[in-house]
Amino acid sequence: MEVNEQIAVDHGLKPDEYKKICDLLKRVPNLTELGIFSAMWNEHCSYKSSRLHLKKLNTKGKKVIQGPGENAGVIDIGDDDAIVFKIESHNHPSFIEPYQGAATGVGGIMRDVFTMGARPIANLNSIHFGSTQHKKTKNLLRGVVKGIGGYGNCIGVPTIAGQTCFDQSYNGNILVNAMTLGLVNKNKIFYSKATGINKPVIYVGSKTGRDGIHGASMASAIFDDKIEEKKPTVQVGDPFTEKLLLEACLELMSDKSIIAIQDMGAAGLTSSSIEMASKGNLGIELHLDKVPCREEKMTPYEIMLSESQERMLIVLENGKEDSAKKIFDKWNLDFAVIGKTTNTKNIELYFEREKVANVPIKFLANEAPMYDRPWKKTKLPQKIKFSNNDFKKLKFNDVIKKMISHPNICSKQWIWEQYDHTVMGDTIQKPGGDAGVVRVHGTKKAVASSVDSSASYCHAHPFTGGKQVVCEAWRNLVSVGAEPIAITNCLNFGNPEKKENMGEFVECIDGINEASKYLNFPVVSGNVSFYNETKDKGIKPTPTIGGVGLIKDYKNLMTMKFKSKENLVLVIGKTEGNLDQSIFANVILDEKKGPPPEINLFNEKNNGETILKIIKEKLALSVHDVSLGGIMIGALKMCIAGSKGIKFYKFKNLTNIYQYFFSEDQGRYIIEVEKNNLKKVESILKKNSVHFDLLGETTDKEIIINDEPTFTVDKVTEFYKGWLYKYMS
Amino acid sequence: MNSSVIIFPGSNCDRDMDVALKKFGFKNKMVWHDDDKLPQSDLIVLPGGFSYGDYLRCGSIAGKSKIIQSVIDFANSGGLVLGICNGFQILTETGLLKGVLQQNKNIEFICKNIFVKVNNSENKFFENIDKDVLELHIAHNEGNYFCTEDELKSLEDNNQIAALYCSSDGKVDDKSNPNGAIKNIAGIFNEKKNILGMMPHPERMIDQSLSGEDGSIFFENLLKNLK
Repeated sequence: MEVNEQIAVDHGLKPDEYKKICDLLKRVPNLTELGIFSAMWNEHCSYKSSRLHLKKLNTKGKKVIQGPGENAGVIDIGDDDAIVFKIESHNHPSFIEPYQGAATGVGGIMRDVFTMGARPIANLNSIHFGSTQHKKTKNLLRGVVKGIGGYGNCIGVPTIAGQTCFDQSYNGNILVNAMTLGLVNKNKIFYSKATGINKPVIYVGSKTGRDGIHGASMASAIFDDKIEEKKPTVQVGDPFTEKLLLEACLELMSDKSIIAIQDMGAAGLTSSSIEMASKGNLGIELHLDKVPCREEKMTPYEIMLSESQERMLIVLENGKEDSAKKIFDKWNLDFAVIGKTTNTKNIELYFEREKVANVPIKFLANEAPMYDRPWKKTKLPQKIKFSNNDFKKLKFNDVIKKMISHPNICSKQWIWEQYDHTVMGDTIQKPGGDAGVVRVHGTKKAVASSVDSSASYCHAHPFTGGKQVVCEAWRNLVSVGAEPIAITNCLNFGNPEKKENMGEFVECIDGINEASKYLNFPVVSGNVSFYNETKDKGIKPTPTIGGVGLIKDYKNLMTMKFKSKENLVLVIGKTEGNLDQSIFANVILDEKKGPPPEINLFNEKNNGETILKIIKEKLALSVHDVSLGGIMIGALKMCIAGSKGIKFYKFKNLTNIYQYFFSEDQGRYIIEVEKNNLKKVESILKKNSVHFDLLGETTDKEIIINDEPTFTVDKVTEFYKGWLYKYMS
Repeated sequence: MNSSVIIFPGSNCDRDMDVALKKFGFKNKMVWHDDDKLPQSDLIVLPGGFSYGDYLRCGSIAGKSKIIQSVIDFANSGGLVLGICNGFQILTETGLLKGVLQQNKNIEFICKNIFVKVNNSENKFFENIDKDVLELHIAHNEGNYFCTEDELKSLEDNNQIAALYCSSDGKVDDKSNPNGAIKNIAGIFNEKKNILGMMPHPERMIDQSLSGEDGSIFFENLLKNLK
């Protein structure tokens, strides 16, 4: 087939991009070459709309071993141990085919981690669905949860934490972001940069099929009425093969055979081979008829663009082929020498002895388009003036019930009970806490991790929202007693060709960056997902932040459970009573406007560090950060977790009980302390100039407000845990 | 005491079991599915996981693997065999234990703490155990035990039911049955009581910092009984 502009456009390229390809090559590409260009130059692989802005991110820190640009980021946790981690989106495929889309998302991110030589030790996920009233939501939720579980459970990596949100802006574009943490010896990390000429290039793992062809292009386009037709572009996951691949790769990595290794993710063999060669400034020669295929008569074009899962590309030291093959034979996996590194700096493809493609690698990597897209600033919305009339009709007990059973607040036990969260025998904080925590096997150390997003805040004011998500991740780690170290980000946005969407992206990044710098909480890995848009309707800007922190002695793990009755409960950080953009304003008052709560980074850092100090001095019995739903929801969650009640003291200063209990002012924590430790805690707080209020004291079962009993903890637990089970039954 | 844990491709609780056995004093060896001989052992363990991907019926391919004939011979000569989760499924597939494990009644994977009541303590596994209700952990998609009426009768007549799902105070009722298993059966023995298959994972409950410690009671007691 003769290539022309129309065929290029059908491949997702713009006419001027096609012209640039012809200019660079000084000829018209053949179909295979065009396919390779389209795969490398699409948004998903080239980051052409985001690269310019991603460069600004704060990626350096004392504990950062590897920042963005590799398969995953790496941080130092002491004693030669390092944690490899990354979050990645699988939004588009999950909307088209929820089970396989979510499953392969989990598989893909785990491969990114073990490619670097790390054994995966924990999975997390952040999933966003449309309104609970939308007809597709239930099926999508069920399918995604089954897919995530189906893959992670089979591999035997615990899923330790996650986040689930419902909002109508995701009606046509759900988000599935999967994160994996792996453990590696910091002197035995593997990278994707190929070095040396005439080194064998090895294909291992599953056979190549026709699934997932153009997957990356699909993920770089908006949806229309014909999305059902895109089902064949979704890959099919095989967790069993991935488990074998994991064990085989780790076995091969225990000696010194591997020069470079790269998993075949988006754009399969194309991007993996080009990436390895490009990083090493080399050429690469591949013989495509040697690629193990599971379907007949696959063409070079199909082989290069297939996104079949569970495959890896390895550049091996000369002479190590036989010993390496033995390992893959033992695990019953395909192993084929399919080419070699060269000094041509071109990618050269052969099929049945004929040369079928020859393109300079720099055209595909360095020369990929980069756009400085126009973007629009979002003005800070005006504050809403709530009047007392707004609250008059409300009944406090009804509000509590509605809030604690709201889909975005209620327990997600229905979800995480379907994930194996205890396999590997090191999970010391299971899902449902502020962060998941796993021990570093065989040591005293533990690693804490959480995922967060705050799309409503980001939608109202992207810059503040971007800052807020980073702070939220920081607080979640602090709450379990972990020292926050670094983050990974998954940037889910609408169409970058629209200046409003592009503006949201730019300003969220600025916000993330500011908080990340101030808190010394660098970004070490991440991914961008644009075009989350269906028929012109984009999602709310949703940067998802995955945070990782270290607990030096796992025995000092902190939890949110109230421990016993008659202890004091304190709120750390100042309650201003801002209801704008709170879930209370949205759900109870139906007020969706206004600015998000302000972020004061000084207080954020100071309050967090002071909490860590109180935990270290063993003065706190339980800790929980205040987030969605404010003090009331925060305190009730602690009651529910510990099966205790609370008697709230009369509040001072604020005129309105709703503002006091439901405002989402930032930088706050709730802690439980023994009465005779109050003086010591007070003195630490005062010494660090941290504002605090006495909130109340724990009781046996009753929840008492203004001296009046409201609910028992058992009743509130029923509201909290019941909603999702009922919804899904 | 010497133990051996069999690793099938797709096993994923093999390391957890190895850690647990060693913690309580077993000298444990790992055995690859493609071997044909077992090392000298006082206990053979088939661990949890997804052997061969469980793409056919759970445990069915493992039930035909190379090592399994040695396990069958070992069991038939009176050796102690323990199958946990996928290991239990494999034991039913080999015919060493009766019945089958179907998909959970709610057709969902379930991962949570549950309680089981030890139903028969006249055997090497539970003899002298000082607690008859244990809090253990399940993590499975196919743990819904089923057998024919005749089989059930013979299990009951021979006292082969090892453990039953129950409430925290030992009440065996529908509410405490997590997966729909017939008669709340969580684990069974063979006739001679030298083979135990059960869905709950004692190896995940061996440390206060984990979900709980009742798994420790199981392993400590087992070791004592073997000495």
